[in-house]
Amino acid sequence: MEKLAGAAPAAAVPATRRKRSLRRIGITGWLFASPWILGLLCFYAVPMLSSIYFSFTTYSILQPGEFVGLSNYVELFNDPLFWKSIYNTIYFAVFFVPLSIFVGVSLAMMLNMKVKGMAMFRTIFFLPTLVPQVALSVLWMWLLHPNFGLVNGMLASIGIDGPPWLGGEAWSKPSLILMSLWGIGQAVVIYLAGLGDISEEYYEAAAIDGASWFQKTRAVTLPLLTPVIFYNLVMGTIGAFQQFTLPYTLTKGQGTPSNSMTFYVMYLYENGFRYFKMGYASAMAWILFVIVMALTALIFVTSKRWVHYQGK
Amino acid sequence: MNPAAVKTINRTLAYVCLIAASAFFIIPFIWLLSTSLKPLTQIFSFPPEWIPKPFLWSNYSRAIEYIPFWTFLRNTAVITIFSTLGVIVSCPIVAYSFAKLEWRGRGTLFFITLAVMMIPSQVTLIPLFLLFTKLGWVGTPLPLIIPQFFGVPIYIFLMRQFFLGLPDALREAARLDGASEFRIYLQIMFPLAKSAVLSVALFQFMASWTDFMGPLLYLTNEISYTVSLGLQQFQSQKGSEWGMLMAVSTLMTLPIIVLFFFLQKTFIRGITFSGIKG
Repeated sequence: MEKLAGAAPAAAVPATRRKRSLRRIGITGWLFASPWILGLLCFYAVPMLSSIYFSFTTYSILQPGEFVGLSNYVELFNDPLFWKSIYNTIYFAVFFVPLSIFVGVSLAMMLNMKVKGMAMFRTIFFLPTLVPQVALSVLWMWLLHPNFGLVNGMLASIGIDGPPWLGGEAWSKPSLILMSLWGIGQAVVIYLAGLGDISEEYYEAAAIDGASWFQKTRAVTLPLLTPVIFYNLVMGTIGAFQQFTLPYTLTKGQGTPSNSMTFYVMYLYENGFRYFKMGYASAMAWILFVIVMALTALIFVTSKRWVHYQGK
Repeated sequence: MNPAAVKTINRTLAYVCLIAASAFFIIPFIWLLSTSLKPLTQIFSFPPEWIPKPFLWSNYSRAIEYIPFWTFLRNTAVITIFSTLGVIVSCPIVAYSFAKLEWRGRGTLFFITLAVMMIPSQVTLIPLFLLFTKLGWVGTPLPLIIPQFFGVPIYIFLMRQFFLGLPDALREAARLDGASEFRIYLQIMFPLAKSAVLSVALFQFMASWTDFMGPLLYLTNEISYTVSLGLQQFQSQKGSEWGMLMAVSTLMTLPIIVLFFFLQKTFIRGITFSGIKG
């Protein structure tokens, strides 16, 4: 905590003056932070408390809620679509998060090579992250069109009969994973920064020991990249569980085919804003919170074993 | 093999890998542009063709008339500009107080700020919607603008990291000259933090420009729609207007690419910064 609180270094000011200015600065500090204190109360604290309360009621926008205890939670556990949305979301997270780390690190290592024209290559990898998600989903819907799409066109040219992609239950989630990988550029930039941070000395030492490229990667690059991998793992997991815009726009909110694209937050939105079951949706939000917190905690706990910090 | 030959082989291999991977990232992009300029018959030709024959610019003009494009664009611009402004006004000053000023409760409040960053936004979604309904803000861009004036945790965190890196000596000197804390912030610290402020502004610009869920929730009249929402109007029961969809998607992406082109150094530094110090 000490480090997080980031106490300003004690200035070499005489003790009495320091005390006086501390008192003054105390008020200034509060004043400067006051917009956020207000924001924290209005947009976070109070809404969170109300959300807990709503989750125990039958609140809908049309009528005031009635306190029903845990029955929203009980109903959720008996709701097949709730389980389906959890399954879909976990499916996406389980495949996408590790894959995105593998692909992201590989790409970053490629983009870290010392060859000419790298600036251009780096820009190319970053471009897709600039495409708004709604446009991205439109674009990929067309690329993956079973009959007229470019992907199946390319597959056909080498004699492969392409799958129905978004149109088929088995292929809809893999399609979404493929699409999401296209927007990996932001993570790649973070990995690149991490690679740039690794001191040359380690590589020189490894070279003296006669290490091959593979050995260097295994013994130097990957271990020293673990803090960045850790960061992306946490962010990626949190993000994966909040998937909304892509599946929503791809399926016009329907989760088609056969609810294979009904993701957790999408179902939450449907309950809250289509069926106006605000209490039910609030209960879903808190279950999501518990899942995300548990996963984050798990990652943090295990991180002690695999995250290495340089110079430690 | 002699070392020179090994080097050549390695380099060739590197380029082959780079070009193959680049293809995956750039081809969809080129396809977007290409489709946006194709006549309908060519869009549905199989196998797919790359070069539009003829170049059909009318997809753009038709799309702009098909939806109230200029209205949507203006709405998007208003939300983007004001929410970015909000972030610039609020986040640096709050971050500054966390980084450089001493006050009671600072540590606790900063810890709470970090905790809030981890909370899925869905948790506060419904109460906020009800709050904005009560305030009469639903149907206006206000819910997408006003909260930004009260600070965004991730940006506060980012800016705080930046301010921590600035030397205290500057402040001490200005204080000896009798400058007030607010003046020190406004005239010395804020200008020094320009690059960090700019990257935070860019993040917010992108987030607002491309936001979908926010407008979907709060903008209930067509007259207040953003371009993101407007795109949906090309997808009807009868099928999608692919050419026009791609044209508007291109128009939507273009401003960000132009912005990125001019500010890429700052932008990448900003991202780097957020990743590493995280």
